[in-house]
Amino acid sequence: MLEIQNLTHTYADGHTAIKDINLTVQDGQLVSIVGPSGCGKSTLLRCIAGLIRPAEGRIVLDGTPADGVPDNLAVVFQDYSRSLFPWLTVRDNVALPLKQRGMSKAQRREAAMEALESVGLADAGSKYPWQLSGGMQQRVSIARALAYRPSLLLMDEPFGSLDAQTREDLEDLTLKVRGDGGMTILLVTHDIDESVYVGDRVVVLGASPGHVRADLTVDLPEPRDQISTRELPEFVRLRAEVGRLVRGAGETAEQAATAAT
Amino acid sequence: MSTTASSAVSPAVGRGRRAARFLGGLAHRWLPFALLIGAWELATRAAESPFFPPPSQIVSATHELWLSGPATRLFLTDLAMDNLLPSLGRMALALAIAAVAGIALGMVLGRSERAMAYLNPLLQFCRAIPPPTLVPVFIVLFDLGTQMQVASIIFSVIWPILLNTADGARSVTPLQMDTAEVFRLSTVDRIRYILIPSALPKIFAGLRLALSLSLILVVFSELLPGTVNGIGFQLTDAQSRSDMPTMWSVIVLLGVLGYALNTLLLAVERRTLGRHRPADGKGDT
Repeated sequence: MLEIQNLTHTYADGHTAIKDINLTVQDGQLVSIVGPSGCGKSTLLRCIAGLIRPAEGRIVLDGTPADGVPDNLAVVFQDYSRSLFPWLTVRDNVALPLKQRGMSKAQRREAAMEALESVGLADAGSKYPWQLSGGMQQRVSIARALAYRPSLLLMDEPFGSLDAQTREDLEDLTLKVRGDGGMTILLVTHDIDESVYVGDRVVVLGASPGHVRADLTVDLPEPRDQISTRELPEFVRLRAEVGRLVRGAGETAEQAATAAT
Repeated sequence: MSTTASSAVSPAVGRGRRAARFLGGLAHRWLPFALLIGAWELATRAAESPFFPPPSQIVSATHELWLSGPATRLFLTDLAMDNLLPSLGRMALALAIAAVAGIALGMVLGRSERAMAYLNPLLQFCRAIPPPTLVPVFIVLFDLGTQMQVASIIFSVIWPILLNTADGARSVTPLQMDTAEVFRLSTVDRIRYILIPSALPKIFAGLRLALSLSLILVVFSELLPGTVNGIGFQLTDAQSRSDMPTMWSVIVLLGVLGYALNTLLLAVERRTLGRHRPADGKGDT
């Protein structure tokens, strides 16, 4: 279970990116996080990942307050071409983090090939990342995260720079990962449709400073399907609601508070 | 390269064409060189100056001096073994020490903004000193001979390696370091799998500079008293005996050596960086 408690972060220049964020995510849940630009999505994610030490508040993972980077966490970044190492083969990219898991070389290789197979890249192991298409490179990033067997997977706008068809394929891959269980997933996205399609929950952040504006439960039947799920009245209703919230979220917390009274 | 049945060009003819193109390219590259040598030959024969022997005489002197030895020693003569090898040995030793120290220090400087801020003016100052002017200092500090020679080469060639490595280590993208952080890579793994590979193109650029500098320095340090062998020693020795063909063949030998060593390093660089090409293909150049 992931608990985010009173998380506030102010950068050195005095800019407060997120303020008093509280969020609890149950094991195995996939939570989509959407919001307008400047709502502190990446700050929130970097705090959870331990890349930034928050000014206030804390992250509690499975009952233990996190200090630094938790050891059962993996991240899939948007910029796959910079996150994968171009001088390592695809298989070595996936296997490298497993050194910290105390696995032997043979075990690391085997785990890497298994993960690559699960994302449909069984034959690409000996290639270099730059020999693959963007979608395939992002699959490699996902395979690297899966091989690491984290209990918490963070995805930072993972499909933002991919074309529509590839994006749909990878959304379905993400759903498959969720379906396999054992992993809590936080997916930050710009795409409102995507947030509803893959999420068990959609958390809408408001801007200036970033705060939780709404937390919606997505109650769509499983398995989800790119065509039929998106036709459902419930999907259409949720998408519209999230859309309205994101649009309105541009106003500041103070304005929202004034409007509410 | 076409191997389809419909192709009109058979593989053998294709190979022939490639060979012809290769030879043509070779001719283009070496033609000015050959013309220059020819002109030099004619001019020196016409002038008959004892100070300027014709190239043909230099070549035969070179052959006699260095390459008329037994086949088991790759035709190297005793003179070559006694002078060429010590010089190359000193160069290799100095380069190896400078590379290890320069890359290690460069990594630290490149990753630590504070260390860079403190040490950069000092480094730029040291680098700006023309290396040969420091040789007298090293003569005082070290024993004459190999120790002094190696020390002065190291002190000259370490700067391009160090500063280039620091530059390369700084060029690691923040996202690559974030990735290392998230997957909790150990410091050793970060250096081995991220810092060194991404700094490698810059490191090679530094090594190439260091290589040509080291050839200059090894010869210069051998021109000084206290030297008993080496290419530079042979040069001054020939000069003092007014042995012009030997002097010229030493000069030619140095040119050949410089060219050959640089070509060798380039080949190593291509091999190492070949698999290293980033997605934008910048590594091609």
